[in-house]
Amino acid sequence: MIAPAPEEDRTLGRVRQRRKASLMARRHPARANEQSPPPAVSARDGGDPAGIGRRRFLGYVLAAPTLTVAAQAGVEALAPATAEAVVPSLPGPAEILDLNDLLTVAALPTSHLITLRLDPDGTVHFALPRAEVGQGVTTSSAMLIAEELDIPLEKVRVTLADARPELLFNQLTGGSNTTVSTYTPIRVAAAVARGRLLHAASLVLGEAVSTLTTKAGTVLSPAGAVLGYGELAARAAAVADSAVTVTLKDREDFRVIGTSRRRLDALDAVTGRKKFAMDLQVDGALPTMVCRPPTINGTVRSVANLDAVRAMPGVTDVVTVSTGVAVRARTFGQCVDAIRALDVDWGPGTAEGATDATVLAELRRAELPLVVPPLPLLTKAVDARFTFHFASNGALETNCAIADVRPDSAEIWGSLKAPIIAQEQIALRLGLPVSAVKVHVTEGGGSFGRKLFHDAAHEAAEISEKLGKPVKLMWHRTDDFRQGRTHPMSTSRVRATYSLGEVLTYEQRHTSVATDFGHGIGEVLTAEAARLPVADLTFSETMFQLTQISPYHLGVTTQLLAETDKGYNTGSMRNIYSPNVRTAQELVIDELARRLGEDAYGLRRRLMKEARARAVLDEVARRGRWGRPMEPGTAQGIAVHPEYHAYVAVLAEIDCRPATTGRTVPNAYTGPRVTKVVCAVDVGLAVNPRGLEAQMMGGISDGIALALTSGLHLEDGAFLESSWDNYYYTRQWNTPPELEIVVMPPTGDKPGGAGELAVAAAMAAVAGAYGRATGTMPTVFPVNHTAPLAFTPAPAVPPVPASPTDGRDRVL
Amino acid sequence: MPQHTFILNGKAVTAEVESDVRLLWVLRDVLGVTGPKYGCGVGVCRACTSHLNGKAFTPCAVPVGELAADDEVTTIEGLPDTVGADLHPMQEAWLDLDVAQCGYCQPGQIMAAVDAVRRAREAGREVTEADLDELRNICRCGTYHRIRQAVLEGARRMP
Repeated sequence: MIAPAPEEDRTLGRVRQRRKASLMARRHPARANEQSPPPAVSARDGGDPAGIGRRRFLGYVLAAPTLTVAAQAGVEALAPATAEAVVPSLPGPAEILDLNDLLTVAALPTSHLITLRLDPDGTVHFALPRAEVGQGVTTSSAMLIAEELDIPLEKVRVTLADARPELLFNQLTGGSNTTVSTYTPIRVAAAVARGRLLHAASLVLGEAVSTLTTKAGTVLSPAGAVLGYGELAARAAAVADSAVTVTLKDREDFRVIGTSRRRLDALDAVTGRKKFAMDLQVDGALPTMVCRPPTINGTVRSVANLDAVRAMPGVTDVVTVSTGVAVRARTFGQCVDAIRALDVDWGPGTAEGATDATVLAELRRAELPLVVPPLPLLTKAVDARFTFHFASNGALETNCAIADVRPDSAEIWGSLKAPIIAQEQIALRLGLPVSAVKVHVTEGGGSFGRKLFHDAAHEAAEISEKLGKPVKLMWHRTDDFRQGRTHPMSTSRVRATYSLGEVLTYEQRHTSVATDFGHGIGEVLTAEAARLPVADLTFSETMFQLTQISPYHLGVTTQLLAETDKGYNTGSMRNIYSPNVRTAQELVIDELARRLGEDAYGLRRRLMKEARARAVLDEVARRGRWGRPMEPGTAQGIAVHPEYHAYVAVLAEIDCRPATTGRTVPNAYTGPRVTKVVCAVDVGLAVNPRGLEAQMMGGISDGIALALTSGLHLEDGAFLESSWDNYYYTRQWNTPPELEIVVMPPTGDKPGGAGELAVAAAMAAVAGAYGRATGTMPTVFPVNHTAPLAFTPAPAVPPVPASPTDGRDRVL
Repeated sequence: MPQHTFILNGKAVTAEVESDVRLLWVLRDVLGVTGPKYGCGVGVCRACTSHLNGKAFTPCAVPVGELAADDEVTTIEGLPDTVGADLHPMQEAWLDLDVAQCGYCQPGQIMAAVDAVRRAREAGREVTEADLDELRNICRCGTYHRIRQAVLEGARRMP
């Protein structure tokens, strides 16, 4: 165990003390800048502590019947950190400016206003220009408002904004960027609102603003008067727009931010009241599904029995569209029956005849060469090549959307992480002006990269246009696996050289089937090209350089990407490249440690560039008792991952003994079991630690799946997996019985990214543990991919299975 | 068009629909009861898990014509009424442990959890780690660990 450096210790101790003191200050006094009349500004809460300059932020009061305030959406990029070490590596591009920074910076000059509205019933309303797909951003956004406005969390209503084209780059949910980019603007708007309420109260009470305080949605006077925000909502309203400057609370004064809160939508979720796209009732929008081709992106040549299928029970419409044959019916069950009855002559797709082996051969041909010259006498090398198979980024909610296309307008409902792009592209497809297409962002049943794209919304619009009727389009689960987007197959070739106990060079050549970034991030990159710390790279290479960080000093380091084949429907999957690239690197570190005769944790610690990364590593090593004696066939693995100004470490223990891998659970695919995971995470400032833990937990489940069981088999231009019982995402029987997640004390004043963070470290730690337990470094992922298929593939025609009819007999 | 009468969340309902339509679509598309979710349509993801005469089942695998007038179907919407409260103890445990992420699988998870506790008790015991391992409900957000904790906590609170 390694103790934290004294300096860090002192800092944390001081922070804790100050937080404790602030918790005791129950009332939130008016600051000097809130003396009437607003918006004069000076320091808040008296004098500044030495050396800490308070930053002022610009906000707006908008003309409206009830108090309505706004702030620019967008914050300044954070300064990068650097470190010293052994054989130092020059900082990679992503250490200077990473994808998350880019998204944040891109939101600056073009960003428009985000608006808070206080209603006379005392509730405050905010339409978040992001997607909520389970990551908890509606709750954390509400916490920011509650903090700065001094209003109980339950009085904050956060909804999801419709597509707002004027927001340009600032309505994209991705890159773990939501909290980073909205942290300041939301608080600024809330601070403006609070200032207006204090001013309105001072006029009502005839008391100076400086004597007033706010608490739990009320303004309090020294004489004991209490005015609810609701009563003040109309009085605080403005008749003309004006700009004001505010200062924000210091971290030491936070009473909401940094505390664990339950999700605000939890009650709706557990009662079944939470409405996802397919739960909405839109007039005339009947269930609609598409009969899809037997191979990837196959096409319809002809349909032999259109009229017969149109006459089937419940069916209202059958029409050929660009992706297959669409069926609209009274129920989804009748859509399934109709799809199964369709007699379609299918044309070829975009990956005809392709198999895992042909794609692998193509990747090998595209691999960029290693460049380290022939080795001098005393230098040795670790050489490895890793293969990462196609994996599905499908959520539990399949691709789905509602569309109502009229001759001169269209309305779309769906969970969309890039709603502006959806709006623009659907408008283009329909030949309508963008302003004639309304796009409503609904609550999402998971995303994992899928909802960056609007495949279902686009398809629904096409079908609705063709039929002249509203449609509620849902993909069948089988379609979601077989025709839905995938995380592309890739390989990583790694060579690391070492001599006299030190690592001298590290080369990684990542080669991947092309990743589709057509969800709007391309426009961000183009607009910001001049800022990029890379030059003359293709778009994908740029994305790679912006996201890939090596946390270790490995001497001369080069990490490059090459791409092949664009014939697949791809996308990111809770990260773009990191889980695969970093797993390859962490496994090579394990091998280097073995060759150098060093402990795998000790070597990582010694080579680590940054103190925050080392701190999370130390934390899991200590809590997880790294190096404890374990039975043969069981082992530990350890890995760290830095990304988006955040750091995570994972220690995993695995059991690969035959009694475990051969265990039987009814209807289950079992295999090795991860028996314990310890995770430590440092995001700088965790807005909602309980939500952050949830994100880590989900990332760990994903990492286990990617390492051990979750992959797609490609055969003859089609994927074989078709349901959750053969696409082996982590299930309860493969969940670690022991799980510990440690949220590190705050190390900064601003939050870092969290949504994707844990996947890479978890996958790498599990892979490392598997290698130690079995005695062989795994090089193919998931590790079960080359084993004989554990299921009988469902037919490709008809494309979807009939629902069973024996459910009564299967009652448990 | 055939009519099908059964008891849904304590009240008799009649749906006019072809007999082979699976109950999930009768609930969602005909009756507008959307708590049970679609996740696979073949009974493996368990997102639509509800109770039939008090036992867990997947409505996606039962043709509505197989229901009799006295068959009692309980969806997540009707679960609190089975204990005469605003929330079932399992739902309360779920809230206290902040289990839900996206929430899509949660109705099915909770209905399966209640059933797992009942079945264990019918066998004269409480739920075990082995019972938890056998829960088939997919949570693609991966919040399995909190689900395990919530099932155990809900069991402690269930009478």
